[in-house]
Amino acid sequence: MTKAENEITWKEINIGATVHEPGNASQYKTGDWRSNVPVVDFSKCIKCALCYIFCPEGCITKNDDGFFEIDMYYCKGCGICAEECPTDSIIMKEEKE
Amino acid sequence: MSSVKKLASKMLEEKEFFAPGHRACGGCGEVIGLRLAFKEIGGNAIVVNATGCSEIIASQYPYTSWNIPWIHALFENTAAVASGIEAGLKIMEKKGISHSKGAKVVAVAGDGATSDIGLQALSGALERGHDFVYICLDNEAYMNTGIQRSSATPYGATTTTSPVGGKQKIGQVTWKKDMPSIAVAHNIPYVATACPSYPVDLVAKIKKAIEVKGPAYIHMFTACPTGWGCPSNMAVKLGRLAVQTGVFPLYEVENGAYTVNVKPAKLKPVAEYLKIQKRFRHLGDEEIKYIEQRLAEEYQKLLEKSEASAS
Repeated sequence: MTKAENEITWKEINIGATVHEPGNASQYKTGDWRSNVPVVDFSKCIKCALCYIFCPEGCITKNDDGFFEIDMYYCKGCGICAEECPTDSIIMKEEKE
Repeated sequence: MSSVKKLASKMLEEKEFFAPGHRACGGCGEVIGLRLAFKEIGGNAIVVNATGCSEIIASQYPYTSWNIPWIHALFENTAAVASGIEAGLKIMEKKGISHSKGAKVVAVAGDGATSDIGLQALSGALERGHDFVYICLDNEAYMNTGIQRSSATPYGATTTTSPVGGKQKIGQVTWKKDMPSIAVAHNIPYVATACPSYPVDLVAKIKKAIEVKGPAYIHMFTACPTGWGCPSNMAVKLGRLAVQTGVFPLYEVENGAYTVNVKPAKLKPVAEYLKIQKRFRHLGDEEIKYIEQRLAEEYQKLLEKSEASAS
């Protein structure tokens, strides 16, 4: 587990500030940036994968049934998936605590 | 059709070389392009990244979004660093001490790093003929430092350094620099323009670029909702409109032969593209007409070039 930038001290910084753990940004939660949340209606989904292709976060994954699920840990709620969905099975709703 | 299926299957692979958790603004078009491009390029690659949005969003110390070796270069020397790495790999292979056989060198830079600050280094690398792929992520201004104009900013767009107000009525007064043509002028084997709104076309071009021996230049048009002033869900739609209105035609140049990949039967009115963006909000009918005319002329020139190469 990589320490966050405000926890790390100068003694722990690698020489040349190199990072040795590939892709460790996936520990960072971007889901709390969101104000709108995508809601998927699987009954309308035709599994075309357009949401998967166009998601800037790369947080949409295929589940065992072949449907595409959104990982809310990363989703920033940009709404591209809802805009590009050809069957309107994804809609954006305001997120409530 | 089968080739489309083959390309799409790679695009749908689950392995991400650009990990989630990056700090791009919501709805960033640049990241869609990067994700798709690196799904095609694969894991055996070394990325040289210029300063810019693509660098700051992916490499906030101590985190990195890259699952492949990555080096940060400056604005001005990205292509020079890439050519150094390529030359190094070549000599290591020759001496038999290579750890990464067949590794591809990919330089990633923004429009400012490509067409303004890094142009000299890029020109040098293209002229020397290094075997690398240069991807320019064109979001039409210096977005990472707060939307300053670059030479890739289109005519009429307002940015913080080409503002509208007082006597200044149109924002950016110069036309967008034609960077792909500058790359073509170096007589390199492969130059292409791409847009993540056309993912299959993009992936096919990246595939050609990495397979070709020698330098390849990809100019990728990536929408920036923050800088362009549009809702965050518009990045893909804007890219599509840019292609359909002739703002950014998709074409490739293989050894000097032009091919236009997406040919709309009739160009859509450019107002459709301009009206949804805040940076063009001040433009009057006269300016829009001027833009439309000039775009149509340039598109016609491109079609003529492609016809000339076909015959």
